[in-house]
Amino acid sequence: MSDALPISTTALVKRYGDIVAVDGVDLTVERGDVFGYLGPNGAGKTTLLRILLGLIRPTSGSAKLFGRDPLVDGARALDGVAGFVEGPRFYSYLSGRKNLELLADYDGDGARSRIDGVLEIVELRDRAKDRVGGYSHGMRQRLGIAASLLRQPRLLLLDEPTTGLDPAGMRDMRDLVRRLAGEGITILLSSHLLNEVEDLCNRVAIIRKGSIVYDGPLQELLATAATGYRLRATDSERARLVLLSQQGIDGVALEEGQLRFTADEEAVARAAIALGQARIGITALIPETASLEELFLRLTGGESSDHDREAIVA
Amino acid sequence: MTAAVAKVYRWEIVKLLAQKRTYLGLGTAMAVPLIFVVVLLLQSGGPNDVPLGRYIRDTGLATPFVVLFFMSIWGFPLITALVAGDIVASESQNGTLKTILTRSRNRGEIFAGKVLASITYTLVIVFAMGLVGAVAGSIAWGFHPLTSLSGTQVSAAHGVALLAGSLALYVLPLAGIAAFAVLLSTVTRNSAAAVVGALMWALLMQLLGVLPGTEAIRPYLLGTQFEAWHGFLRIPADWSPVIRALWVCALYIALPLASAYVVFLRRDVAGD
Repeated sequence: MSDALPISTTALVKRYGDIVAVDGVDLTVERGDVFGYLGPNGAGKTTLLRILLGLIRPTSGSAKLFGRDPLVDGARALDGVAGFVEGPRFYSYLSGRKNLELLADYDGDGARSRIDGVLEIVELRDRAKDRVGGYSHGMRQRLGIAASLLRQPRLLLLDEPTTGLDPAGMRDMRDLVRRLAGEGITILLSSHLLNEVEDLCNRVAIIRKGSIVYDGPLQELLATAATGYRLRATDSERARLVLLSQQGIDGVALEEGQLRFTADEEAVARAAIALGQARIGITALIPETASLEELFLRLTGGESSDHDREAIVA
Repeated sequence: MTAAVAKVYRWEIVKLLAQKRTYLGLGTAMAVPLIFVVVLLLQSGGPNDVPLGRYIRDTGLATPFVVLFFMSIWGFPLITALVAGDIVASESQNGTLKTILTRSRNRGEIFAGKVLASITYTLVIVFAMGLVGAVAGSIAWGFHPLTSLSGTQVSAAHGVALLAGSLALYVLPLAGIAAFAVLLSTVTRNSAAAVVGALMWALLMQLLGVLPGTEAIRPYLLGTQFEAWHGFLRIPADWSPVIRALWVCALYIALPLASAYVVFLRRDVAGD
């Protein structure tokens, strides 16, 4: 069991009436991954997390955590797994510490002795005696991480952990996620924030309307986009003619006073020399790589959200 | 009770103790006998047409019995439903059900803890009313022997034992209402709907009991079981209504709870 993958899903489907929230998802998350699960709002990200945590039953297919299926093994499937969906929720009329004591008692396994430690990690020790009802959004998010850490997880499932946080809160949360990943915890991070995923994750899956449209290393995804260059020169028209005469330079176009083209590095070097020999000055030569955002929009068909689905699927 | 269920149960009690509605119900259950005694002290008439009503000023021990009669119509059902109808639904609505279902306890253990806490609350409100009623009544009219429904007197100590037995028996039909409230709480995921629905269920049971032509089913209606304690108050005791209450209430408790259990075990816990 210990060699089993942290997450593996096979042909996972979840339907709500006519709406298919998760449509045949095959997903594997390897040990040590910080896995970005990326999609527009309403794409079915949260539905998958709910299935993984055993909160909802898939219509068909299977989902396993370290080889255990929540449908078959119940709460035991969550051994070594922690996380939250749609933001952590707590009893607002109890203090932060009481909430953690409750959850520690539900967990057993000496979790109570870890409360002070996890409060320290998320920097909530000073406010632990206050009722959660008086906590800010950021504090609740941090308490959610603390509640997860009580379980000493080997796998953390985090659903948009920085949503609603101010810039400082986002930075702190990302630092925390980075730190936890550094300690060897496998993390599945659901997000619609591309810079967050680019910043934290080594692998991504991009989901669109319940289906995975890309699954693999982030660098490979970025590399799939053709690299291009922008060139500003002292004489754009002559520079264009020089580029057109060079081998290995494609797609030359003059747009708003600057040239765009695609080429590998060798061809660019040759072109730079040719431009110099033609006494054309290069004022700027800028490599362009497709950002994750561009790739994401390309893969998801440019949708930013889909409100009809969101109401049911989110 | 397994250790896991005991832990869940303990935290359900902690949660109840931290919520206003718990005290609202408990306070009402304790205030009603007090108000009842004060009103009777201020006027000369009495509830002569209810069981033990004629003897209300003979001994403080009669007070809780008379209050039981009045509170069985909607008072106790409402207080019971207020907590039992909320116990699953409020966690669905607040999202905390997701929090506790993603820990190391199985759904069955969580459900058992919640049901036990609901029934504990029912037990506490009934006995709190009994205690306050007996103490307030005794302060007003003394702690004297109790006249039974058969007209014979029993000692005050015997009266206390009869009161305890009657209160315990009275908890059974209330537990039936609590079970129905838990079912509605689980199915509707809406606290208000569950509380109102359970109260409607209690009132329907009572209404069926007074409609003409329902004589044949009357002994098996939940509302009828609120009078089963009359059997204790006869000398010698009439056990038939007591025994019937035991099995009839067991059904009214078990069927909704079994249904709620299945729903709770299988339901999708989504955004609600």
